[in-house]
Amino acid sequence: MSAAIPNSVISNNVIRNNKFTWLVRREFWEYRGAFFWAPLITAMIMLAIILMMLIFAEVTAQRAGVNFNGFNISNITSHVAEGDIEQVHSALDLSLLGMCFPIGIVLFFVLFFYGLGSLYNDRADRSVLFWKSLPLSDVETVLAKLAAITLLAPVLAIVAMILLQIGFLLLLTLDGFVHGINAVTLLWSPTHLVTLWLRLIVRIPVNALWALPSVGWLFLCSSFVRSKPFLWATLVPILSGILVTWFSLMQTFSLTSLWYWKNIVGRALLSLVPGSWAWFDLSAESLARVKNPTQVADAFLSLEVIGHQLMSLQLWIGVAVGVAMIVASVYFRRQRIEAIA
Amino acid sequence: MTAIVSAHNLSKRFGTTVALDNINLDIQPGRIVGLVGPNGAGKTTALKAILGLAEFEGELSVLGLDPRKDRNALMQQVCFIADVAVLPRWITVEEVVDFVGGVHPRFSREKCLALLSKTKMKNTQRVRELSKGMIVQLHLAIVMAIDAKLLVLDEPTLGLDILYRKEFYQNLLNDYFDEEKTIIVTTHQIEEIEHILTDLLFIRDGKIVLDATMDQISERFSEVMVNPDKADAARALKPLHERQIFGKTIFLFDGIDPKRLAELGELHKPSVADLFVATMKGTYQ
Repeated sequence: MSAAIPNSVISNNVIRNNKFTWLVRREFWEYRGAFFWAPLITAMIMLAIILMMLIFAEVTAQRAGVNFNGFNISNITSHVAEGDIEQVHSALDLSLLGMCFPIGIVLFFVLFFYGLGSLYNDRADRSVLFWKSLPLSDVETVLAKLAAITLLAPVLAIVAMILLQIGFLLLLTLDGFVHGINAVTLLWSPTHLVTLWLRLIVRIPVNALWALPSVGWLFLCSSFVRSKPFLWATLVPILSGILVTWFSLMQTFSLTSLWYWKNIVGRALLSLVPGSWAWFDLSAESLARVKNPTQVADAFLSLEVIGHQLMSLQLWIGVAVGVAMIVASVYFRRQRIEAIA
Repeated sequence: MTAIVSAHNLSKRFGTTVALDNINLDIQPGRIVGLVGPNGAGKTTALKAILGLAEFEGELSVLGLDPRKDRNALMQQVCFIADVAVLPRWITVEEVVDFVGGVHPRFSREKCLALLSKTKMKNTQRVRELSKGMIVQLHLAIVMAIDAKLLVLDEPTLGLDILYRKEFYQNLLNDYFDEEKTIIVTTHQIEEIEHILTDLLFIRDGKIVLDATMDQISERFSEVMVNPDKADAARALKPLHERQIFGKTIFLFDGIDPKRLAELGELHKPSVADLFVATMKGTYQ
């Protein structure tokens, strides 16, 4: 008797567990182009550019090698291979990370405009009435959008980054083979690559926490305004910054206007730039520690920096402010059914 | 039987405008209720309150639940089609069926697919590629596949041609409606649905001005076509409304014995549209 659970209860539980997955899937369907294709296409464009540069370098080198001083690719590669492997890997890291930069920028724009439209677009086209005709709570809806902006899209972007890096390494390896050089052991060190990728993945939750003030601000504008969310979201912080600077308001708190621009305006608008927290508190002191440019990648990726960030008060104040704004956006999601647009 | 919708002193104000003015009503299960009123009378406001989409004052219970507090539980039992084209334009037919199947415990995928197989749309088509009529077909197929107790339709056939409109109500009546279900519908094309309604609610300036079953209405109201010589006798009976046609006058009466009216002229049943015009005269003045 005790095992006899009514079918409806079972199906209700299944529904409840899957509901969130379906909500996130809906976000993916709607923003497939932005979440999936945009980073992937950026990666393909980068790869095409790298390929063209490689061919250009080949042609130039060959011309130089044949016609001038006998200097050729194999000389450089064999020379480096004799050198410090560590240093090569650091340099490699820097280029592997550097080529992902455009994907990071694309991701920022994707996330920014996703956040801006997330609770506004369906009000503008009135499809919010369809979503609200289903047994979905506003909390679930907003949380699914939060998961999409902080986890789903960044994970897909990192997949694109990893594919780009693999593509780049494949091109280098092939180029090596063309010159009779086996660069496999040098370029494809599994521990090295896996470490690099794990470090990228580990940064997703830190990026997410750091981005919460911006996510909250965009969600708030998106759920609140009756039209023109972009103007509201950008002009309110910027105009407030101008006013604060104009009247030197921050002096009341013994702070500078720059502090306001950096910590309020900057955090509201730019926190979604992946890894922006690492640049945010980059001081002259920490830059001075970087003696060799190849160490930039190490400094940028080190777990120490992440740990330092997770311990910082400014991160958690931002989290609190972001959560408060997200809660407010749930409230407005409930109140505001139609945009006037 | 307990009422599906029960409102007591339901009010809603937007600033100084009164959208709903102390409305009292009970809607019983197994009814098809037409909520009819001129533009701005408060129809949509009333529906929004019932669906938990708007705040209000007074008491309102839908399926025994408070729409403000228990919206989530309520929406498992209530469906609504708000207007044409509220389905998101980016979604495909396949995705919307999958999604509703994923989140709605009372949705039958099989039933929905069976209904869709009777239409011309393809699974991979996006809503934006469908015609207005097809969007409504899709929305109706989804709603009909949900085993809900209350269905709210707000101008569901707005902007559709007559073929789609007829098909819409035919499907609703033949394949969906039964004594367990209740439908509330607002529309301006009242003449097209009057034969399927069981109850009529007229709303004007936020007040219910008529709340009756269709049977009561045919008992209460009569229209008489009167020759000019008997017009004054007819006016003495205090008609609701009179209009001229071919030199004769048509009078609309409420609660006058039909035998007495038959002496004045040719007697017939008024259409809901005529009743509406008579009840709402002067609304826009």
